[in-house]
Amino acid sequence: MNVVVCVKQIPDPAAPQSLEPGTHTLDRSGKLILDDSDAYGVEMALQLAEQAGGGDVTLVSMAPNGETSGLRTALAMGAASAVLVSDDALKGADALTTAKVLAAAIKKSNPDLILTATESSDGYTGTVPVQIAELLGLPSITFAKSVVIEGGNVKVQRQTESGYDDVVAPLPLLVTVTAGVVEPRYPSFKGIMAAKSKPVETVTASDLGIATGAAGQEITSVVDAEARAAGEIVVDDGDGAQRIVAFLEELKLV
Amino acid sequence: MAINSIWVVVELTDAGPTTTSLELLTAARGLGSSVDAVAWGTNVAANAGVLGEYGATTVYDIGDIGDALPGSPVAGAIAGAIAGGSGPDAIFIPTSYDGRDIAGRLSARADLPVLTNITGLVGGDTMTTQHPVFGGTQIVNASFTGNGPGIYVIRAKSFAPEPSGGAAASVSSLAVPDLGTTNSASITERHVEERTGPKLDEAAVVVSGGRGLGEAANYALIEDLAKLLHGAAGASRAIVDAGWVPYAHQVGQTGKTVKPDVYLACGISGATQHMVGMKGAKNIIAINKDQDAPIFTIADLGIVGDVHKVVPALIEALKSH
Ligand SMILES: Cc1cc2nc3c(=O)[nH]c(=O)nc-3n(C[C@H](O)[C@H](O)[C@H](O)COP(=O)(O)OP(=O)(O)OC[C@H]3O[C@@H](n4cnc5c(N)ncnc54)[C@H](O)[C@@H]3O)c2cc1C
Ligand SMILES: Nc1ncnc2c1ncn2[C@@H]1O[C@H](COP(=O)(O)O)[C@@H](O)[C@H]1O
Repeated sequence: MNVVVCVKQIPDPAAPQSLEPGTHTLDRSGKLILDDSDAYGVEMALQLAEQAGGGDVTLVSMAPNGETSGLRTALAMGAASAVLVSDDALKGADALTTAKVLAAAIKKSNPDLILTATESSDGYTGTVPVQIAELLGLPSITFAKSVVIEGGNVKVQRQTESGYDDVVAPLPLLVTVTAGVVEPRYPSFKGIMAAKSKPVETVTASDLGIATGAAGQEITSVVDAEARAAGEIVVDDGDGAQRIVAFLEELKLV
Repeated sequence: MAINSIWVVVELTDAGPTTTSLELLTAARGLGSSVDAVAWGTNVAANAGVLGEYGATTVYDIGDIGDALPGSPVAGAIAGAIAGGSGPDAIFIPTSYDGRDIAGRLSARADLPVLTNITGLVGGDTMTTQHPVFGGTQIVNASFTGNGPGIYVIRAKSFAPEPSGGAAASVSSLAVPDLGTTNSASITERHVEERTGPKLDEAAVVVSGGRGLGEAANYALIEDLAKLLHGAAGASRAIVDAGWVPYAHQVGQTGKTVKPDVYLACGISGATQHMVGMKGAKNIIAINKDQDAPIFTIADLGIVGDVHKVVPALIEALKSH
């Protein structure tokens, strides 16, 4: 069984983030790392391929400046190869353009299953995966908290507002996985060494036949939100609970 | 392009439209000259009254979709209307599990851009959308540039739902075109988790716990406290990911947005992704042993202390109150 995992390479969320002055898009010029959320998809793919008795796990990523650090992390976990779409013309691409690019790159691998996260940590539109599925004419199941393959079908427990639904669909399809669907492995030393020589094919938008144009949306300005003033901070001397009760009394909640 | 006609994607439950759907109808009323709803299921006509009351002139009924996931059929039906020239100038969709599926499918199928995580809308010649970034400390203003209709995916609690007193909406059916293989996922069973007390995103009081609780068993304290205050129990993502509580409890960027009268954060540091989901609360109380915890920068009352002492004491005090 062949699985493609979309993995996004993003600025380290722990480092200070900023917007670029002109475009107001997130500054992605520094070093990028594997989005944590995508480690779940990589792990799920490795486990499903193994359970199916083999098959390739291919990574697909779109990132600026030929960035591969995040891809190397996922290759070190055990993925076989990667396709990177890197093109200056894609800077600031909107969700639909991103989906068109990724869909075209995925198509080349003709996978049985495509895995992504439910949303990226830096963009969090949460629409790219389903856009990819629609562009490829595939069904999709989002918000998976468990994924099992049985025969030619995928069985998913899909998170809902009030619990979860059991959802079944035939392969091929796209599934978005939540954090906690599996526990991602840490790359081993052997894995890290092996990742250095695994194939990463770098392509441009035009290689994929994608026309890049103006996005259908623009950021007009960025303003400070109304700040919330800090209130009273007190150190608990055994009276902390009473202070809270008094506060709630004032609000007539108790 | 001026926005005249707005369609609002409405999610129906057995108890009627979701609150977010009513919020979106209310917002649409103030922005477009004509507002219509799009809904599916077996009970659309039965909801024409309430949808009209919140401002919908017509409800486009997609009909019973059976065990299918809504994404493909609902997007297909709306895309069909757009292609046939009878679409609106803007489409409002709630940020929900199914809402995001519908938005993604519609965008790709109709080749239209989509704006997500919207928490504010300003009308005018070109409608401006507002998106919180960096934990809600800054707001990005954006708009669509090309020909419409634009797809607007709007977060819960961005607007207050208010009835307009309108007459019942007229019901008009909206056909679902051929969906090919995109619609071949089906729901075989639905599991509904038991819930007592108010819903997290509707409760007047929300008590949330974080990693500072130390271990999963201590979450019972949060539930006890929430019950005593007739509120709902929430959580940070750290303890959801750790498997202490189900995802439905998560507050924040990737969880629920809550705007209660009082939000009580127990052992939560106040990461930007958590704060963006709760900083709209009228009053915030925080208990954290670290006086430099970011949550204190937005707390109306901050207690620098140990949750294992303060929370049990608070439970006792409220019991004997
Ligand atoms: C893309 C993305 C999306 C995210 N979405 C969300 C989201 O929706 N919601 C969310 O909550 N998070 C979200 N996060 C995670 C977020 O960044 C934080 O990691 C998370 O909120 C931390 O949870 P916490 O405050 O419980 O844990 P920690 O940050 O570990 O904080 C624990 C706190 O408990 C305090 N403490 C410890 N012991 C005690 C004690 N005995 N008494 C009192 N205080 C104590 C500590 O001082 C500390 O401040 C997201 C992250 C990313 C990257
Ligand atoms: N540039 C990208 N490269 C690879 N995968 C991506 C990219 N953008 C989005 N994805 C995938 O789609 C998911 C949802 O992204 P988003 O729609 O931006 O929230 C991500 O978690 C990734 O799995």
